[in-house]
Amino acid sequence: MPGTGAAIQTRNLQMQYGATHVLDDVSLTIGRGEVVALLGPNGAGKTTTIEILEGFRVPSGGEVSVLGETPHTAGEAWRARVGVVLQSWRDHGKWRVEEFLDYLGLYYTDYATAEVSRPWPTTDLLERVGLAGKTERRLERLSGGERRRLDVAVGLLGRPEVLFLDEPTAGFDPQARRDFHELVQSLSDLDTTILLTTHDLTEAELLADRILVLAGGTIVADGTPDDLRHRMSATAKVRFRRDGQLHTESTEDPVSYLRDVLARPGEVIDLEVRRASLEEAYLALVHQVETGADTPPASFGILPDLGDPPPEADARTSEDD
Amino acid sequence: MPTVLRAALRRAKIELRQQLLSPMAVFSLLGPAVLLTVLYFTRDSQLMESALSLGQFLVPAYLAFGIISGGVLGVSGEITTERDDGTLLRAKTVPHAMTGHLIAKFFVSLVTTLLPLGIIIVGAGLLVDGVTPTTAWGWVRLLLLSVLTIAATLPLGAVLGAVFRGPIALLWTTMFIYGLCAVSGLFYPITVLPGWLQWIAQVFPVYWLGLGFRSVILPSDAVTLEIGESWRTWETFGVLGVWVVVGLVLAPIALRRMSRRQSGSALATARERVLTRGY
Repeated sequence: MPGTGAAIQTRNLQMQYGATHVLDDVSLTIGRGEVVALLGPNGAGKTTTIEILEGFRVPSGGEVSVLGETPHTAGEAWRARVGVVLQSWRDHGKWRVEEFLDYLGLYYTDYATAEVSRPWPTTDLLERVGLAGKTERRLERLSGGERRRLDVAVGLLGRPEVLFLDEPTAGFDPQARRDFHELVQSLSDLDTTILLTTHDLTEAELLADRILVLAGGTIVADGTPDDLRHRMSATAKVRFRRDGQLHTESTEDPVSYLRDVLARPGEVIDLEVRRASLEEAYLALVHQVETGADTPPASFGILPDLGDPPPEADARTSEDD
Repeated sequence: MPTVLRAALRRAKIELRQQLLSPMAVFSLLGPAVLLTVLYFTRDSQLMESALSLGQFLVPAYLAFGIISGGVLGVSGEITTERDDGTLLRAKTVPHAMTGHLIAKFFVSLVTTLLPLGIIIVGAGLLVDGVTPTTAWGWVRLLLLSVLTIAATLPLGAVLGAVFRGPIALLWTTMFIYGLCAVSGLFYPITVLPGWLQWIAQVFPVYWLGLGFRSVILPSDAVTLEIGESWRTWETFGVLGVWVVVGLVLAPIALRRMSRRQSGSALATARERVLTRGY
């Protein structure tokens, strides 16, 4: 899709391995400078989607454009404009932090322009990600959180226009998670388009301008956290017991629902009316998609027609390439 | 100098410094030390009816073996490891870094393969007679042969590392190559083997590596232990040349294919495998 102003755009993106459909129909548009979270349960196809956008996977169908080019055929000049934050594990263990960034930075020297100096100077970058005191530390001696900060530094090294982070806080303890959130929030002044994947709604809410919910191989909701919460507040959860039996119901109009309930015979006890949280709405939505319910919750409003229930698939294990 | 070459040299320098200054470096000197000791104590014992000492015969064998293990097994092992630990994926996320990475690997392997061989040549030359070339032309041929054999083995190592997926496949490769070394007449004259085994050995480069080094290093009357009592110099260069071409054609294809398959999820799968199975 050349000529589009968006940083990232896909249309009818599909991915299947044999008979397994991982992505059925993913269409999304992300504008320049936006920070977007791709939220979804494990196996929803988040990693597959982001790897297609990174150019590491060839989709089975549909169109995809990142910075105006098709990622899997784009050249090294395109690669220089895209940052990927890996979940590194134990590569380059013997290297020291500073020499590692200096070395990788060399590759970006050819891509400096009059406006943008490349690479990002190592000292500034380490300060930015909070590793200023660790320049001589070997990578194998960094803590998990420090290591991920270094991964972010590598992603930012070429001052990318688009930055991808796949499940950046997986395996973190709460403190490391909070520190990392602060780091990502501090990147908002960079004017870089950021796409991150997560299965944690709170994380998505905290970091992103906009949330895309991916479930069952397609985008089932798209909106700002406020949008989603606003729509959510219209929904209430009603719980009550009648004749010893527990009833729960989510409804946008609890008043008329209750009027209806109370009009029927039988004693109603333990009545409770509660606004649903965003979390509950998200879980309900995912559950509905995965079990193949007809309509997604109305609270999310902007949902496309889901059609047939897509088969479940696990992006990580269905294909060991 | 192009940026990618500059980066590759920077990487090679850092990696060499890490390898040569690590405690493990001592182990790579162990082989040459053992060989030189054996050479010294067997300098008077004769091999079969020839005028050669056992130690003399072992010097070219060790040179050939060193190139095989450094060039083929070393490189393929490293590539397999780097694929599993994310080194290659990292290189893929940075423009031209995969190319730089492989160029650096070539330089590093060149040095780490040739260094022990240099130690052996110099050490053997000091300890005993008749294990180093006697003429300037002999030294030139030794150098040419070293370059040719490394050019023949490094790309093959890269292909094997790229094609095989895990450490288990690599283990089989290693055993196959050791087996090949055993039937290729490196450690005893190939003429004692049955004819059909000799033919098999001559298909693979290991035999020709050994023959080449023997022809350059051993005294000329040692030729009686060879097939057809000839050093077959042209055939040696011809066969090794063919393997160079095979390697240079296959290596970029295999490496590109491997590189295409690097991704975060492939890496996550590898990590899971290592964490659950231990290798």
